[in-house]
Amino acid sequence: MIVFGLTLLLASVAIWLSWVAARRNPPVLKDGFMEARDQFLNLLPKLIIGIMGAGFVAHILPKDTVLAWFGPNSGLMGTALASLAGAATPGGPVVGYAIGAAALKAGADLPQVMAYVTAWSLYTLHRMFSWEVSTMPARLVLLRAGVSLPVPFLVAGLTTALR
Amino acid sequence: MTPDKPKPQRALPRVERDFDWGFLIVAALSFGSAGYVLMTEGWAVAWAILLEDAWLFLSILPKVMLGILIGALIRVLIARETIEKHIGEGSGLKGLILAGAIGIVFPAGPFTIFPLAVIMLASGADRGAALSFITGWLLLGLNRAIIWELPFFGTDFVLLRFLISLPVPVLVGLASRLPIFDRFSGSKTKRAS
Repeated sequence: MIVFGLTLLLASVAIWLSWVAARRNPPVLKDGFMEARDQFLNLLPKLIIGIMGAGFVAHILPKDTVLAWFGPNSGLMGTALASLAGAATPGGPVVGYAIGAAALKAGADLPQVMAYVTAWSLYTLHRMFSWEVSTMPARLVLLRAGVSLPVPFLVAGLTTALR
Repeated sequence: MTPDKPKPQRALPRVERDFDWGFLIVAALSFGSAGYVLMTEGWAVAWAILLEDAWLFLSILPKVMLGILIGALIRVLIARETIEKHIGEGSGLKGLILAGAIGIVFPAGPFTIFPLAVIMLASGADRGAALSFITGWLLLGLNRAIIWELPFFGTDFVLLRFLISLPVPVLVGLASRLPIFDRFSGSKTKRAS
């Protein structure tokens, strides 16, 4: 039900934005559609391979190891390991989600996966080096990483409290 | 949204311009594990997993397409200059919230986000606003969440993660404004170039 509602919501936003674009200037709407089509064709193979892979990776992941390291009893150590793993996972839009989903299927606990996804989003080393350091002042990158360091733990703690 | 006059065509940022070696790893993992399952457990198991994946894929496809469409429309509708202007003015808690919110809805890749943060700094935003913006985009970027996270984790996970992470951009901005971090950025007086 929620899923369907979300799709409806997205559809209404898309229609509204299309209307705004068409009213402003029809070529703008066409640009938007072309851009969307290009991007979709670009993303489609990645999405297919990523989703397919998540199923297979989850199937062959050693369940005992995943349970012991990231399972419900892994506690703070599990969160720390998950955050570390997140930082070590390469950037790009697919990798972290694919691995996180696979780990969840293989028995990792929700807070640990939350911590992993959060750490991967905030400070994957790969992205920090390839994008951030090359475009921003190094001190600012350092500050951002430092301030973000405890966030995965915060998220994991809140997940435990809220679910 | 102000009804700006349409701007002359500018090059639109592409989501993936560089070679994505992260994807290469995913592809290797995917095909490797698929092959492994096929060899060790045979066709029946592999087929069952594949069907399950295919069903998942089909069920999220409409959302992915809509997410992409929304991202593309926002990109052609809002001029980058407009965003710079608003965030440049922002300061205080309101500036942090605004910067974080813009990061969340702004559809772009890292090649746009980080330079944009630098431009924000140069045009008068403080380091807190810049980091709130980056953190909003990294942690809660709507476009990425709809297109990528939703397919892998499903709605419940994504909604819970969003709920929990919602205050994080502002918290990061506030923390980075602490006086002890003053020497880490020349935001207000020293302009980033």
